[in-house]
Amino acid sequence: MAESPGAPPARTGTSEQQLRRRRRAWSYLALTGLAAFFLFPLVFMFISSLKPDGQLLSDIGSWRAFLPVGDISLDNYSAVFGRVPVGRFLLNSLLVTAAVVVLGLVVNSMAGFALSRLRWRGRGLVTGIVVATLIVPFETIAVPLVYWVAHLPIVFFQDGVPVWDIGWLDSYQVQIIPFVANAFSIFLFRQYFSTIPVSIDEAARIDGAGWFTIYRRIAVPLSGPAFATVAVLTFLPAWNQYLWPAMVVQDEKLRPVMVGMQYFFQDNPAWGEVMAYTSMITLPVLVVFLAFQRAFVSSVAASGVKG
Amino acid sequence: MTATLRLDPPADPGHNAPPPGTAIPNAPAVRRRKRPGAARRGEARAGLAMALPAVLLLLAFLIVPVLLGFALSFTNARLVSPEPPRFVGLDNFVRAFTLDPVFFRSALNTFAFAAVVVPLQAGFGLFLALLVNQRIRGVTAFRVIFFIPVVTSIVVVSILWKFMYQPDGLVNSLIDSITFGAWQGTAWLNNPSTALSAIIVLSVWQAVGFHMLIWLSGLQTVPEELYEAARMDGAGVWRQFRDVTWPCLRPTRIFVLVTITIAALGLFVQIDVMTQGGPVDSTTTLVHHAVVTGYRQQQTGYGSALSLIFFVLVLAVSLIQRHLTRDKD
Repeated sequence: MAESPGAPPARTGTSEQQLRRRRRAWSYLALTGLAAFFLFPLVFMFISSLKPDGQLLSDIGSWRAFLPVGDISLDNYSAVFGRVPVGRFLLNSLLVTAAVVVLGLVVNSMAGFALSRLRWRGRGLVTGIVVATLIVPFETIAVPLVYWVAHLPIVFFQDGVPVWDIGWLDSYQVQIIPFVANAFSIFLFRQYFSTIPVSIDEAARIDGAGWFTIYRRIAVPLSGPAFATVAVLTFLPAWNQYLWPAMVVQDEKLRPVMVGMQYFFQDNPAWGEVMAYTSMITLPVLVVFLAFQRAFVSSVAASGVKG
Repeated sequence: MTATLRLDPPADPGHNAPPPGTAIPNAPAVRRRKRPGAARRGEARAGLAMALPAVLLLLAFLIVPVLLGFALSFTNARLVSPEPPRFVGLDNFVRAFTLDPVFFRSALNTFAFAAVVVPLQAGFGLFLALLVNQRIRGVTAFRVIFFIPVVTSIVVVSILWKFMYQPDGLVNSLIDSITFGAWQGTAWLNNPSTALSAIIVLSVWQAVGFHMLIWLSGLQTVPEELYEAARMDGAGVWRQFRDVTWPCLRPTRIFVLVTITIAALGLFVQIDVMTQGGPVDSTTTLVHHAVVTGYRQQQTGYGSALSLIFFVLVLAVSLIQRHLTRDKD
């Protein structure tokens, strides 16, 4: 269906041209209709977040549902802040997401480097493990993992004295550490690093560089696209985490945004406030996406190599 | 030791050093020949050290939980219990397959969901990819728009659509105006015969943009010359698609089908946010049932058994994929 401009010469007659013009018109019609289909719920969400509940419900019957008309204000937003500690939830999500992404980039890129460029005993075994764990969906280990982290020891400092306790539930580390190592990220880094010419390593070795220096000074700076792809691929699921924190975090002070929304899951919530809350946690992601769409698109293409 | 570019990962720099005594004029080999053992040991140590954090974390939070889940499936473990888990043999599996009507219902719903979502989402995704693969003005903007729901959290999407599915909500009002009042909607999520379909619609709406991009990258690997040749032979749009595009998309097709199937079998968030499995279990799924029993009712042993059953399903799908992709070679 690729419409290559000028493939059949214009000489073939006006009917050919007309046909193509008509096809193009139909394409635009379909594209516009589909754009409306994908956007209307989100437009509705943002618009609704600005309206008081009474008007919001009465507007649903008409086009006014998609227009910022009538009694427009940010009242729903301030009401949300009054009702739930949204600021705290956002901060928690930001902290957990940043930690998962940054630690993940370091840990997984080092592993990818070791697997692609260094020879060591056990490399084959580790590669096998990484490839095998690619197919384990998180849902299959969620239940035993809760049991497992509930029985893990933890050391913390109380007045400068190390104390140890059992159980990771209700903490930041339980939201971060299980998601740092990621088989797919390791796999992507390994693929990417192996495209860097080994002659560069050789030259650095002659200059007396250690392997860690080669990783840090040569491999990392040359692998910007791989880091961007992995950052995007880990950012979204970390920000959107729901099942896991819903199970392991009961303490309100540690909750991320998605679980914080449970306040609104009751049967007849104040929908204006719900829409304000969902708008607030969606906007940052949309901004990041629109700013870095290239990285998002290439990360999807990269996930296609998994097959 | 030449400076050839080596692109394959097993290329191990410095280990194809010539045997001692071979006169090689360039520096690295000479250098390496001086301390081959030390260099090799250093490299081995560095490799292990750099892989170790990831290996330990994968072991602790992926491999151990998988094995633990397997072991717990044969016990009566509870999340919080003063008594240690006791081995109960196959009791949990017997319970699932014979005594638990909700399990049967959840498996049925999961398969029904997958059976509809897989072809629907794959087909719709391909249709979108074909549309945005045309060289026409503004097509990138449409790709971005179709992808926006993918970056929107499924929790947000679920609660938003729950609002739209209210009896007097946006969906019914749209249906009313499109059909000029000829057709009245229903309380989609409260009706056992429509709840799962309603969830299918929003699931496809949310995820299809992702597969559009996968299809698109597949489409872009199809050589343009093939289309030219087909046009030369007088093939129309449909013939070009059937005889050129479709055969070239085989690897993409397998990948798309498998990823959608695995994701569909894991349906959880939409259910948890929108219906909690109701009304009358018409939307409960395997993963939802496993989480409800294994976590909320704290029956870790039983929940692990259900998770294991789910894992076996996913494994089967992956093996089928591996088989299909291997056929080609």
